Amino acid sequence: MTLETTVDGPDGGASPTGTGRSLTSSRGAMADTAFRFALYAAGILVLVVIGAMMVQLFIGGLPAVMAFGFDFFTSTDWDPAPDHEHYGAGIMLYGTLVTSVLALVFSVPASLGIAFFLTEVAPIPSRKPIGIAVQLLAAVPSIIYGMWGFFIVAPIMKDYIQPLLIDGLSWLPVVGELFAGPAKGTGVFTTSLILALMVLPFMTSMYVEVLESVPGVIKEASYGIGSTTWEVFTTVSVPYGRTAIIGATMLGLGRALGETMTVAFVIGNAARISTSLFASGATISSQLANNFNESRVGSLLQASLLELGFTLFVISFLVLALARYLVRSRLQG
Amino acid sequence: MSRYKRRLFKDNAMQVVATVLAVIALALLAWILVTLFAKGAHSLSINTFTQPMDAQGALSGLANAVVGSLIMVALATAIAAPIGVMAGTYLSEIGGNSKLAQSVRFINDVLLSAPSILIGLFVYNIAVKPFGGFSGIAGVIALGIVILPVAVRATEDMLRLVPGSLREAAFALGAPQFKVITDVMWRAASAGIMTGVLLALARAAGETAPLIFSAFGAQAWTFNLTKPMASLPLAIYQYAQEPAQDKVDLAWTGALIITLGVLLLNIASRAVIAGTGRK
Repeated sequence: MTLETTVDGPDGGASPTGTGRSLTSSRGAMADTAFRFALYAAGILVLVVIGAMMVQLFIGGLPAVMAFGFDFFTSTDWDPAPDHEHYGAGIMLYGTLVTSVLALVFSVPASLGIAFFLTEVAPIPSRKPIGIAVQLLAAVPSIIYGMWGFFIVAPIMKDYIQPLLIDGLSWLPVVGELFAGPAKGTGVFTTSLILALMVLPFMTSMYVEVLESVPGVIKEASYGIGSTTWEVFTTVSVPYGRTAIIGATMLGLGRALGETMTVAFVIGNAARISTSLFASGATISSQLANNFNESRVGSLLQASLLELGFTLFVISFLVLALARYLVRSRLQG
Repeated sequence: MSRYKRRLFKDNAMQVVATVLAVIALALLAWILVTLFAKGAHSLSINTFTQPMDAQGALSGLANAVVGSLIMVALATAIAAPIGVMAGTYLSEIGGNSKLAQSVRFINDVLLSAPSILIGLFVYNIAVKPFGGFSGIAGVIALGIVILPVAVRATEDMLRLVPGSLREAAFALGAPQFKVITDVMWRAASAGIMTGVLLALARAAGETAPLIFSAFGAQAWTFNLTKPMASLPLAIYQYAQEPAQDKVDLAWTGALIITLGVLLLNIASRAVIAGTGRK
């Protein structure tokens, strides 16, 4: 792509005769080398930041793992009482996974629907402005979603929506457990709904990008044998972009897993596991936001919180890594 | 024929569903904005921008938080944006598809979506714990780590949009690489890179989670970067949890200010992109 393909080190550009740039003065070559070195250093800094982050969280959390062993990840007992101090990540792991997965249950169909609207249904001149407006949802800071969720959405959930769901569904065997009362407004269910709204613009724009990369001829071939717009979407466009769509969904999951401020406001912050979706809970991020500043340096509580952070780091890293692999392999291939 | 009609009906129904979903998404955005104005506008006064949070009673404002946010976001941008632009330039102009460049690109993507509260924990470990206290500097580092990956990504994407012939023409004139990059490539991509930096800045301005364990927040005026520093999102976080209604009102006012600021930055930077794209 560039003339620089033969040069692959910071020293490469320093040679005045090496790459056909003999017109370069030696001062220019020096500046060139220094400049390339600075660019390299900046690139490597990105790696250093994330490496240092991983190491810091790992070392910080080590005392907790030493004290509780693997039990830390499975125990649901989070008890800071001084005489029988015990910390387990079970409740927060459960809360993090349930809210994030539930958020995807709401946001994937909605995002796909809006992507269908933006790529096939909407009049062409209106697509861009509507797309940008949807994008603005992603620009709203997460603390705003938190306040809006706590002061506006939660009361509505408590007075209208949750009583309706409790009356309508809680008598069902097994499934009914999920919708058992009481209606408090805040809790896992409301948190998931707002998380869904927060990841929706992000996932929609990625879906649109994937769907727009579907070659027109394939879609036209499908139209040519009499498919309707919806049939082209479900049998041609979505299957064509399947890998990247799954990747984009994983990226959305990665965002939902680490979302902090909204969850801290809306989930109710109770360190327990309940089968009901309307109950309060806690996620790793909300537990960190609420408790970290009260922990003393060097205490077992602080180590446990850092270990929670490390756990979240590893989960997000794996999810995001898989997502990027899926998205890139498709969009580039 | 009834089968055909059923298919047409399904098609129409799904198009209606998709339209309704898009309308709902836009309505929710409108609902959030209307709520912010309804709850935040009536406490908005000149005091909001001139009085600190610890001023007495009805006088109290958010001025120290606004200024604290401006200081930290400005410093974080001034430090992280150039590094991000350099790293993005490395990816586009030098790294190519080498192993190192691929790792940097991949790790940067991870950093871009990594939970921001972990940035807070990390900065606590490297800049708060060793120096014995929360500080504005720690806040600047945290926001810098928020900005860095956005700037890297935007720079690489924008440089890749510059036609290769432009780069080759510059090389053909015998220009050394740093001249080609600074005088040709950066200039050609400057509008896009600026937009990326503005978007990064907007994102950092609204971040709360990385600041809880780093800048911590303050009630009074703070200009000393080695002391805990106030910030608008932190002030909102604190006041929204207060039982007193006037504090909650002030939190809504802060929410209105920050949302309008962030959305305007977003719209403005998109306008810049649209403007240059048409030429």
